[in-house]
Amino acid sequence: MLELRDKQDLRVTIAGITFSNPITTASGTFSAKESGYFYDLNELGAVITKGVSSHAWEGNKTPRIAETYGGMLNAVGLQNPGIDDFIANELPWLQKLDTKIIVNVAGKTPEDYYTVVEKLWHEKIDLLEINISCPNIKCGGIGFGTSPKMAAEITKEIKKRARQPIIMKLTPNVTDITEIAKAVEAEGADGVSLINTLLGMKIDVHTRKPALFNKTGGLSGPAIKPVAVRMVYQVRRSVGIPIIGLGGIMTGEDAAEFIMAGADAVSIGTAALLDPGAPIRIKKELIAYMERYHFNSIKEIRDGFIDL
Amino acid sequence: MTKKILEERITSNQKIAEGIFRMTIYSPEIAQNCTPGQFVNLYPRGRHTLLPRPISLCKIEDEHITLVYGVVGQGTQEFSEYTQGQELRVSTPQGNGFDIGPSLSEKMSKFTVKREGEVPTLGRSELEAGRQMTLVGGGLGVPSLVALAKALITQGHHIRVICGFRTEPYLIEEFEALGISLYVTTDSGDYGFKGTVMDYICAHPFASDYYYACGPKPMLRELAAYCREKQVPVQVSMEERMGCGYGACLGCVCNTQRGYKKVCSEGPVFLGEEVDWYA
Ligand SMILES: Cc1cc2nc3c(=O)[nH]c(=O)nc-3n(C[C@H](O)[C@H](O)[C@H](O)COP(=O)(O)OP(=O)(O)OC[C@H]3O[C@@H](n4cnc5c(N)ncnc54)[C@H](O)[C@@H]3O)c2cc1C
Ligand SMILES: Cc1cc2nc3c(=O)[nH]c(=O)nc-3n(C[C@H](O)[C@H](O)[C@H](O)COP(=O)(O)O)c2cc1C
Ligand code: FES
Repeated sequence: MLELRDKQDLRVTIAGITFSNPITTASGTFSAKESGYFYDLNELGAVITKGVSSHAWEGNKTPRIAETYGGMLNAVGLQNPGIDDFIANELPWLQKLDTKIIVNVAGKTPEDYYTVVEKLWHEKIDLLEINISCPNIKCGGIGFGTSPKMAAEITKEIKKRARQPIIMKLTPNVTDITEIAKAVEAEGADGVSLINTLLGMKIDVHTRKPALFNKTGGLSGPAIKPVAVRMVYQVRRSVGIPIIGLGGIMTGEDAAEFIMAGADAVSIGTAALLDPGAPIRIKKELIAYMERYHFNSIKEIRDGFIDL
Repeated sequence: MTKKILEERITSNQKIAEGIFRMTIYSPEIAQNCTPGQFVNLYPRGRHTLLPRPISLCKIEDEHITLVYGVVGQGTQEFSEYTQGQELRVSTPQGNGFDIGPSLSEKMSKFTVKREGEVPTLGRSELEAGRQMTLVGGGLGVPSLVALAKALITQGHHIRVICGFRTEPYLIEEFEALGISLYVTTDSGDYGFKGTVMDYICAHPFASDYYYACGPKPMLRELAAYCREKQVPVQVSMEERMGCGYGACLGCVCNTQRGYKKVCSEGPVFLGEEVDWYA
């Protein structure tokens, strides 16, 4: 048993950065302080932060959360204290950890994104994840992620200004996600992460009102997993850059499924809301899965997929 | 303290009024590390009900905690079907709870100056023993006042509890056992004073040095306005739809004079003055 475990190599490399394992935290579902009460953050392959914008954003009014069958809707609206506050107060904390740091960047205008990546130029962080897919803000955000032309343009401009490799986070709310993936790859994106949430809505028939103040919100959790797996599979066959796969991962076997579909690493989102220690549990379950089928590396899982 | 999700044993789970249940859980780990006004997250087992349900601590004993909850949806329906001896997934205590200690007055003076040009309304001696404290509860906000009343009594304060219900009151015997002044109101008039707790307070003026409250937002808003007018401090326990229930998702915010704060980890108890009631 122990020998087998020693033989397993969980390391993965994304845009030249080697993670100790493929488990990362999905943006917006993780707080170093609060999640750190539940598990050892150093066990993560990487932390991905909540979206950070050029200035503080208030976010939406409440209710921001609604539960749906096997999933949830959120319309937090990217509440965050802004990049200066992030660099002053949160980043030093993350930098003490023995794991990789991926900062998720949000914006409403191209300039918003540029400001953030430029301010992060001198900071010791490993990767940038550029959110061009948030469904919860009125302008920008998702707008950049739904047209191949705009996605290409913003990728090109951010690439010029960023010191760290950039991973573009894609929205599933498009007709053909491979078009967007190809467009960002062509302009120098170092990787893609997918999927962000699916735009959804819930009406409370007792109060006869939308369940969310924002009316619509982003659907996440196990309910969206098949959509996410399908998209990772399609994107893997369209681009050569690394993929961080996410969307409804609840168990180690779910993580293995994303890896077979083509993901190089995975993020745990909603699962961590209903089980704060989920990232670490999922990592252990992934190891158990590898032991069961004698996979010695993440690549072996991926190559083990039989795509008839 | 590190936080955990525990598997704890239910020692009883009984209906105490129409649609209202009382659950007692054996958990020295929670009972010995919590304060009134804190809550625990209960995790339904159903695969489709993913998110935790926050429930306030109603009674805190040596090795047991008691929760009182209303059946309003699928999660609480599931809890109501749990039986004695069954295990349930429950978090260690969350949130900051009611401030009942001497440190309170210090915090108060900090909070009361946030509005420019405003004069602080509180001195430092507010919470010396022997004060007249009024606890105001509405519906499912009443349970958390049980633990609070008990804690305040041990600090040597005089306690008056005013609680309002729709038609049928519950937990009355718990307050009576504490030997405090209790006033009950019902919307229907079936029991006690007919009307809301605020109707009662306005109709029966009394002196009070301090207020604590838990209940529906409109009630808390009215009480906060009343206390502001009377220049008396009030702590309110706020409710908001939660995602994670531990501070990671920013789902549960409350608008305060200093921006949005997380109800689950920075609340649920806030000062009435601190909350931006009209945002
Ligand atoms: C800090 C905090 C402490 C709480 N303490 C208690 C407590 O001690 N006792 C208690 O009974 N409840 C308490 N609640 C409320 C409790 O968490 C909810 O009632 C519960 O999560 C509902 O879960 P459900 O699955 O049964 O309902 P859901 O399926 O989630 O909702 C079903 C329906 O009920 C409505 N609903 C949801 N929550 C409420 C509510 N609070 N009041 C009225 N209708 C609602 C929804 O809008 C929906 O229409 C507390 C909430 C918070 C935030
Ligand atoms: C409460 C909440 C907040 C989120 N905030 C962000 C965010 O700030 N930036 C971002 O790129 N994605 C955000 N997301 C999307 C997640 O990172 C993830 O893409 C999505 O939830 C799908 O994964 P899951 O099903 O594992 O949760 C958020 C999701 C949730 C549930
Ligand atoms: S419920 Fe997630 S931060 Fe409060």
